[in-house]
Amino acid sequence: MDILTIQNLCVSFLENTVVRNVSMNIEEKKVTAVMGPSGCGKTTVLRAVNRLHELSSHARVTGKVILGGADLYALDAILVRRKIGMVFQRPNPFPTMGIYDNVVAGYLLNGLKLNKPEMDNLVEESLRAAALWDEVKDSLRKRGAWLSGGQQQRLCIARALAMHPEILLLDEPTSALDPKAAASIEELIVQLKKTVTIMLVTHNIAQASRVSDFTAFMYLGELVEFGASEKMFTTPQDKRTEEYLTGKFG
Amino acid sequence: MHNLQIRQLISKTFFGMVCLFSFLSALPLVLILGYLLAKGVSALNWQFFCRMPQPLGEAGGGIANALLGSALLLAVAFALAVPLGLSLGIYLAENKKSRLADCARLAVEILQGVPSIVVGLVIYTWLVLPLKTFSALSGGAALALLMLPVIVRSTEETLRLIPLELKEAALALGVPYYRTILRVIVPSGLSGIVTGVLLSLARVAGETAPLLFTAFGNPFLSWRLDRPIESVPHLIFYYATSPYAEWHRLAWGASFVLVLSVLCLNLAAKFLTRRWRVQF
Repeated sequence: MDILTIQNLCVSFLENTVVRNVSMNIEEKKVTAVMGPSGCGKTTVLRAVNRLHELSSHARVTGKVILGGADLYALDAILVRRKIGMVFQRPNPFPTMGIYDNVVAGYLLNGLKLNKPEMDNLVEESLRAAALWDEVKDSLRKRGAWLSGGQQQRLCIARALAMHPEILLLDEPTSALDPKAAASIEELIVQLKKTVTIMLVTHNIAQASRVSDFTAFMYLGELVEFGASEKMFTTPQDKRTEEYLTGKFG
Repeated sequence: MHNLQIRQLISKTFFGMVCLFSFLSALPLVLILGYLLAKGVSALNWQFFCRMPQPLGEAGGGIANALLGSALLLAVAFALAVPLGLSLGIYLAENKKSRLADCARLAVEILQGVPSIVVGLVIYTWLVLPLKTFSALSGGAALALLMLPVIVRSTEETLRLIPLELKEAALALGVPYYRTILRVIVPSGLSGIVTGVLLSLARVAGETAPLLFTAFGNPFLSWRLDRPIESVPHLIFYYATSPYAEWHRLAWGASFVLVLSVLCLNLAAKFLTRRWRVQF
């Protein structure tokens, strides 16, 4: 079942159009990978979904992004971002907070009240979901910066999961990590799709093929091909996809 | 071979010169401190801090009125300059390129260069004349105007160094912009901001010129913000230019206390920068 529909999405910064007419349907509780060479607009698509592109005052968006029947651009951006979690390229735990506070940062910073047992449960549940609980359960008060890069990234995933998002956006979540940490994040992504819908941006073809159910291939701001990963990686329909997959460019 | 020796000689001479000049530039502070210590420490005792100046001819007495006055003036300046300076610093860090930011940044730079006596004169016409009295309030306002540029610059520079990823992390959790600034960005830069505030206090604690026609001075103990008030630098100026040996002694003591407090503020700022630094 589709949870998110992107229709004719165009994004431009000043005169520069970065994303042209992208349409795709994201299925619930599946991993959809968006891949393509650097600068193809894949991250911009992702940021348009939780409206983080609005940080740049020059950004202009046309088209629709529909989540569960509601147009996201008709809602308040703050509510949209609480429904759609995001994890970034570089791990970015809040440096002034301990691990515990980082996990529930979405509640603390928003001033949402939770009592202590609720909060304790939420922290444990989120850290377990992010496969980090066993490593940090005895040092929940320590600063996030004390963790390794891969652990920090899982902490960021736990922080996003704690908000119980409908969709989790991952923007090249392993590109700043070493191969071992990257592998553990990939494993985690496969685990997570049981409970949450995931959109994964990556320039790593192998990663997209390993973890995704659906893949979108973007090139120069356009969506070239979109479909089941199995099919795309074995019999790509478009010549450009084939060339990218065989390493002729990108 | 000959050539190499000459180059080594030049290199060594250069290094020697750099060391010499570094030593020479550190020397004045050591001399000042030593001189103040020798001259001023003898004036210090329990009475010096707790008692009022005695009438001429009587021994003893202290500078309690000036100490209280300076503390009050700094408190007023702090209360005025910190909210303004922080707000402007945050604005400048957040809006690097807007027209208003460019104007404000330029204004702050120029304000930093305005002689303190001129600041005093301006506050005299803005506050003292309309209120028809010299007051602690106008003295504090003059000091606040001098503190402002230091706070703005340090706040802006600190906040600019905070990675954009941190702001994005908070916004992506659905945290409103103002909460992101107040609860993520400002706490992450707290050490730099507090350091800037302490340094600005240290900068104005010894200012005399802007207080001459604002706080004016007061030989009696006063708590009131709407009355003239004594301050340590003004007392030093007044006593040191007097012909009485007893007053000279008090002036040396006051100078020593003033320099020591400024030194402490600077050391505290240094300590905090190190202690509260946030690892990104």
